[in-house]
Amino acid sequence: MFAFCIDPATLPQWQWFACYLTTPTHFAFYRSFLMVLLLLAITAPVALGMGLLGAMAVRSRIWPVSWLGKGYVNIVRGVPDIVFFMFVPIALGQGIEWVWHHIQCPDWDQPIRQGNDFIVCREAKIPGVNAPAWVRDVYAFGMAVIAFALVFGAFAANTLYGAMQAIPKAQIETAEAYGMTPAQTFRRIIMPQMWVYALPGLSNIWQILIKATPLLFLLGLQDAVYWARELGGQKTSLYTYPHPDWRVWYFLVLLCFYLFLTWISERSFARLNARLSRGQATAAGERMRKAAAA
Amino acid sequence: MKKTALTLTALAFMASGAMAQDVVRIGTEGAYPPWNFINDANEVVGYEIDLGNEICRRAGLTCEWVLNDWDTIIPNLVSGNYDVIMAGMSITEARSQVISFTTNYLPSDPSAYMALAGTDASVIEDGVIAVQSNTVQAGIVADGTADGLEFPTPDETISAVRNGEADAVLADKNFLQPYVDDSGGDLVFIGDDFYPGAGTGAGIRQSDDELRETFSSIIMEMREDGSINALIEEWFGDGIAKF
Repeated sequence: MFAFCIDPATLPQWQWFACYLTTPTHFAFYRSFLMVLLLLAITAPVALGMGLLGAMAVRSRIWPVSWLGKGYVNIVRGVPDIVFFMFVPIALGQGIEWVWHHIQCPDWDQPIRQGNDFIVCREAKIPGVNAPAWVRDVYAFGMAVIAFALVFGAFAANTLYGAMQAIPKAQIETAEAYGMTPAQTFRRIIMPQMWVYALPGLSNIWQILIKATPLLFLLGLQDAVYWARELGGQKTSLYTYPHPDWRVWYFLVLLCFYLFLTWISERSFARLNARLSRGQATAAGERMRKAAAA
Repeated sequence: MKKTALTLTALAFMASGAMAQDVVRIGTEGAYPPWNFINDANEVVGYEIDLGNEICRRAGLTCEWVLNDWDTIIPNLVSGNYDVIMAGMSITEARSQVISFTTNYLPSDPSAYMALAGTDASVIEDGVIAVQSNTVQAGIVADGTADGLEFPTPDETISAVRNGEADAVLADKNFLQPYVDDSGGDLVFIGDDFYPGAGTGAGIRQSDDELRETFSSIIMEMREDGSINALIEEWFGDGIAKF
């Protein structure tokens, strides 16, 4: 990056480090942190949406919908995350190609599964055979978002379901007495008030989601953990910047990054909780009323 | 012989004419210098990269490199995420049941034990040996009397020896050589070299006969015209068997 980086072997220490820390591989490492943040920013709302749909499905009075919701919540919560992260991209990827294959190539006469191989016609390949690398990266990233949203959506569904049940029964009866339909009761009474009950559970899920992002590595994406391991490993003189095993320092950076992220979130959730507790029939809401009166 | 090889190449050219516009995706690990690794400029480089690019140039194919970690490199080939594996993979019986291999592009590689200086060679029999999982060497240690300690990346096996977690590491000698050279005498080879594999080849789906023929015939051609030896010399230096 700097002009003096031409022959690193001869540089004094600080210049060597200045060059070393600005190699293209290090920039890829720095960018991978942004990827983690981007994943969180996309996955969290999607998972929350999945959770809301799941919770509403579980509460539904139409039994197939309710069964579907219960099935989703219980199956996904019961399977280890890591199994899900290995299963979703392969199964979903092959499933999409299988369907697309039947649409695109109805005349194909060879079997799709030949021994160990999974073969669809070239028109059915997704991403397309000539897709540039960035399309493939976006596709892999999309798979990651789906896998994360499915898993964390199930946990969020359970939390939101509990929160919906926690709304005092008296309020729902009052709503009925005012002549509101169940849908109106849900929209006007349950939805606005359930968040304060859901928040502690949701903040847990959020923290676990943050800590689960290194699983990206399993999905073939080069995330921060991949780069820390790659860059930290011992480099022989085949490399421009040979160094011994420095993984401990790289992992320390990761540790600080994740601690910082969870610390910030913890603070934000505390503020949000205070905001949502205002005027609520909860212990926190009661304390706020007393504090205001005193 | 040379003539047949040339005819085969010509046939392969014609056969591959239809797919010449397709991108052939080559999967590699990117963590196994000097076979394949990511250099400081964030490019995938190494012997196999140069070789693969030359094969593609001669075959008129457009090739693209894909990084994939070692443990899932075969499953991702058979499910179609890429078309070829060039990742220092030894041709073995067990792997040949799942994928097919081209003609080897490296002669049988020596394997060797590397340990901290002063380690007694008897650890090969009764010590703890670090290996990368799903490698030929992992199979050898599993069948032997020593305790095996498996790691997902080759780099971690070296660290295990350095920090005393393992007594020695068993790996391809040409992978270990730079570590021994750079260690200033801390790391040494112990025991004798041996030749466990049938050489290194490119892995291709069993149903992909056409691509395998193309690769094999060009590898044969390069073995005969000496260009493959020049590449081996460039990346591995003198201490390695050539064709």
